[in-house]
Amino acid sequence: MHASLPEADTLIERLAEAIAPTLTPDTLIVGIHTGGAWVAGRLHALLHCTTPLGTLDISFYRDDFSRIGLHPQVKPSNLPFDLEERAILLVDDVLHSGRTVRAAMNELFDYGRPASIRLAVLVDRGGHELPIRPDFAGLTLAVPGHQNINLSRLDDGHLTLSLA
Amino acid sequence: MNLQLTQDGRLRHLLTLDGLPRAILTQILDTAESFMDVGEREVKKVPLLRGKSIFNLFFEPSTRTRTTFEIAAKRLSADVVNLNIATSSQTKGEAILDTVDNLSAMHADMFIVRHSQSGAAHFIARHVAPHISVVNAGDGRHAHPTQGLLDMFTIRRFKGAFHNLTVAIVGDVLHSRVARSQIHALTTLGVPEVRVIGPKTLLPTGVEQLGVKVFHDMEAGLAGCDVVIMLRLQNERMKGALLPSAQEYFKFFGLTQEKLALAKPDAIVMHPGPMNRGVEIDSEVADGPQSVILPQVTYGITVRMAVMALLAGTGNT
Repeated sequence: MHASLPEADTLIERLAEAIAPTLTPDTLIVGIHTGGAWVAGRLHALLHCTTPLGTLDISFYRDDFSRIGLHPQVKPSNLPFDLEERAILLVDDVLHSGRTVRAAMNELFDYGRPASIRLAVLVDRGGHELPIRPDFAGLTLAVPGHQNINLSRLDDGHLTLSLA
Repeated sequence: MNLQLTQDGRLRHLLTLDGLPRAILTQILDTAESFMDVGEREVKKVPLLRGKSIFNLFFEPSTRTRTTFEIAAKRLSADVVNLNIATSSQTKGEAILDTVDNLSAMHADMFIVRHSQSGAAHFIARHVAPHISVVNAGDGRHAHPTQGLLDMFTIRRFKGAFHNLTVAIVGDVLHSRVARSQIHALTTLGVPEVRVIGPKTLLPTGVEQLGVKVFHDMEAGLAGCDVVIMLRLQNERMKGALLPSAQEYFKFFGLTQEKLALAKPDAIVMHPGPMNRGVEIDSEVADGPQSVILPQVTYGITVRMAVMALLAGTGNT
């Protein structure tokens, strides 16, 4: 099934093209650990953003903490800017239930009150459980619930999507 | 069976650092690192422990430890109740367990316990329901694990690693639960040389068996150290036969700038507090450029957040 998935780089370029006309100079790009941060880094470069890149680890905001505990490798969130009244472009690799995005928005609001938040994802795989939809999606693909779609990064930095 | 760990090796209670594997210590330190930025944000809270009730059960007075536990719990959005229970000579096992049962009936999720008797936290941990975690915040002369952990966190932040360090612990090791926790943590984390420095009367017999080098001469003991940890000398013990006088103690074992100069030039100075200035440490050193005593206090919050988050997330609630 791997062969049927497009190249991650192609999707990122497609995303960048869609985002470019809407991007204001003060927009802050924030990627969600780990895959979303990779995609955000690529978009940041492709869109020639001059604002610092932010990353979020939403482990402390997950709604399943009391069931599964703390993720073993929590990374610090890094938002090297004041997001008060700023436009935020939130980036993740795969949109599924929408719970990660909800957690990310909760965390963002603990840093300040942004003017707006838009969501860009590499793949919208369906299966939403919350009223959260992407503003930009590189690919919309209905993936059955028992399957997983994953973004991974090779040692040379190359990003690949896989379905399992 | 290890009371502190679940069957699959996760932290269940935190009672002592003795016997905790390096992986768990490292996990706590790494988690603490990820909490570092929470104190600097607009909203100094994460919602991790929302809806959990944490009881600070202090049978022995404490300001710094109780306050930092309270702040840590609040930064995790837990509800915190502080109980300062004066210890009377009548406080025996039965009474403690009655207290614990009553608080459990109020739906407690975690107990933070300080007690003047060694083993009090273990005693409570054996008694509580499976969904309740216990953290030892100091029991007698036995252990003070979160202090030991925050000291390790401080060392790692300033020195980067443990495998190339010489660490000296100076002073009243005999009465110090902090020193015991530090020694266990330092050896578990792979510090190649841990020294204890103090007069014979204030070092426990057989302390070498914990894997430390013993020095009775402070100048010799400080030579080449990367980290100097001063211990608090309890004034009340000064009157007994253990020590002649505070002045004489300061002369031989007080940390002055001159003695500190024998350690490495970039050595850091630590103290768990509260300090006796002019007894175990000179003000010039305590407030000097090599002192990391105040960062220790700040790190105490993030390390305690990490411990509570890991315990609450063990998944049995």
